[in-house]
Amino acid sequence: MIVQAFAFYLFAGILILSALMVVSARNPVHSVLFLILAFFNASGLFVMLGAEFLAMILIIVYVGAVAVLFLFVVMMLDVDFASLRKGCMRYVPLGIILGGVLLFELVTLYTYWRTAPGVKFATPTAVNDLTNTEALGMILYTDYVFAFQMAGLILLVAMIGAIVLTLRSRPNVRKQNMLDQHKRQASDVLEIKRVTPRTGV
Amino acid sequence: MAPVSTIIDGSAESWLVQAAIWLAWTTGFSLLVIIGILLCVAYMTYAERKVLAGMQRRQGPMTVGPFGLLQPFADGLKMLSKETIIPSQAHRIIFLLAPIMLFSLSLIAWVVIPFDKGWVLANINVGVLFLLAISSMGVYGVIMAGWASNSRYAFLGGLRAASQMISYKASMGLIIVCILLVTGSLNLQEIVLAPRPIWVQILLLPMLGVFLVCILAECNRAPFDLPEGESELAGGFMVEYSSMSYALFFLGEYANMLLMSAITTILFLGGWLPPFGISFLGFVPGIIWFVLKIMAIMFFFFWTRATLPRFRYDQLMRLGWKVFLPFTMGWVVLTAGLLMSFNALPGQIVGGGL
Repeated sequence: MIVQAFAFYLFAGILILSALMVVSARNPVHSVLFLILAFFNASGLFVMLGAEFLAMILIIVYVGAVAVLFLFVVMMLDVDFASLRKGCMRYVPLGIILGGVLLFELVTLYTYWRTAPGVKFATPTAVNDLTNTEALGMILYTDYVFAFQMAGLILLVAMIGAIVLTLRSRPNVRKQNMLDQHKRQASDVLEIKRVTPRTGV
Repeated sequence: MAPVSTIIDGSAESWLVQAAIWLAWTTGFSLLVIIGILLCVAYMTYAERKVLAGMQRRQGPMTVGPFGLLQPFADGLKMLSKETIIPSQAHRIIFLLAPIMLFSLSLIAWVVIPFDKGWVLANINVGVLFLLAISSMGVYGVIMAGWASNSRYAFLGGLRAASQMISYKASMGLIIVCILLVTGSLNLQEIVLAPRPIWVQILLLPMLGVFLVCILAECNRAPFDLPEGESELAGGFMVEYSSMSYALFFLGEYANMLLMSAITTILFLGGWLPPFGISFLGFVPGIIWFVLKIMAIMFFFFWTRATLPRFRYDQLMRLGWKVFLPFTMGWVVLTAGLLMSFNALPGQIVGGGL
């Protein structure tokens, strides 16, 4: 138990610290790197909860794909963030109001938290001897298959939308035609000649 | 053995003793694995130079020690004695963190690799996902190195490496899905031991070919070594590194190659089992088969390096996204369909809802 408590406070502490650093770091690249650290520690917490599948998916999807793209964009941007920050003190009252509303909502949610009386009996008992990967799969692909497919469709639409928005047809660009390159044989472009000495080709 | 077991049963200190035994066992095994991998890495560099030399009718390293066998250690010592140079404009912490991260990640993944039946540090249920997760973290070592060096060559190399690794990770994931459809488990030991009928093995054969190309791209090896690209980028993301930090990149690269070979062995070649299911070869210890299979794939790495010229970058991206991704995606559907129609899906007994 001591080890578990220690691990929990370690993960949670680093998670909160790195989340703070994400918003307070001066260099945006450092922010993204702290964000990655935060993801990593969150997945550590998932492992401690026994949700190892979620933990690994969190790392594969968010750390392995999403954050890499963040890092790409942030590294390529050449924005002077100091000058952007100059006027931001004007928005402090607005920020405080928004933060206050969110805090209020969280507190009310926490204080009025009730568990429905039927939930205790509704937990599936048959799932206990399955690993959580199998359990997730059985629920996701049977009871919630339409919601799952719908989520996939929404992502597909978002992806196509992004492609449509950024695709430009530029007529003047010269492109390689792969088929031509593959069809090219050595005999088409090379001619081997036997050259006799002192005469030339 | 008897006193140890009596201590474990019942007495008040049993918890502490058990923890101590567990700690000692884990530490010892980890040390053994790390030292073994580092030795393998050292001699893989030697093997690579010898193989390349043989294919190019040269001698290779031959002066240090008998047959040049001490060459890796001579190289290592030379690296250690060099001066560590940090560019004045570099982001110092990230610059130093990048090689450490790359190297340690390439060692961390070995905890889930089963060397023989039961010879594994952490026999976890989601072993395959753990491997994918750790190898997807490896991109950061490269990007951080490229960015922190504050040099254009290094930055270009880092960007190339990152986009290349992400592109091929997609098809690698789909190939692994094919394997999981056949085996029905994410645990690496169960994947090795799962029965595979001969038609399933033939079905998976094209995937083995695609996977071998993917691991070449994933390890930034020739013919996909564009991130280093010494002809145009002067060494890519490691151009600013010297001495020990460079050595860590080098060790990390070779440890990653070994890891990818181990993953291929486990997913496709039957891990520690004797080849082709020949039962009378079972007297040979499993770890020897495992190492032999890894060495065969390492030889494939060296062979392609000696044979193929470097790809162009647009060819690399086209191969990843327009050839491999649709092909593997179609193959997942094909595998699933065939397994379903022949009632060979491993989960059909468990699920029951089909």
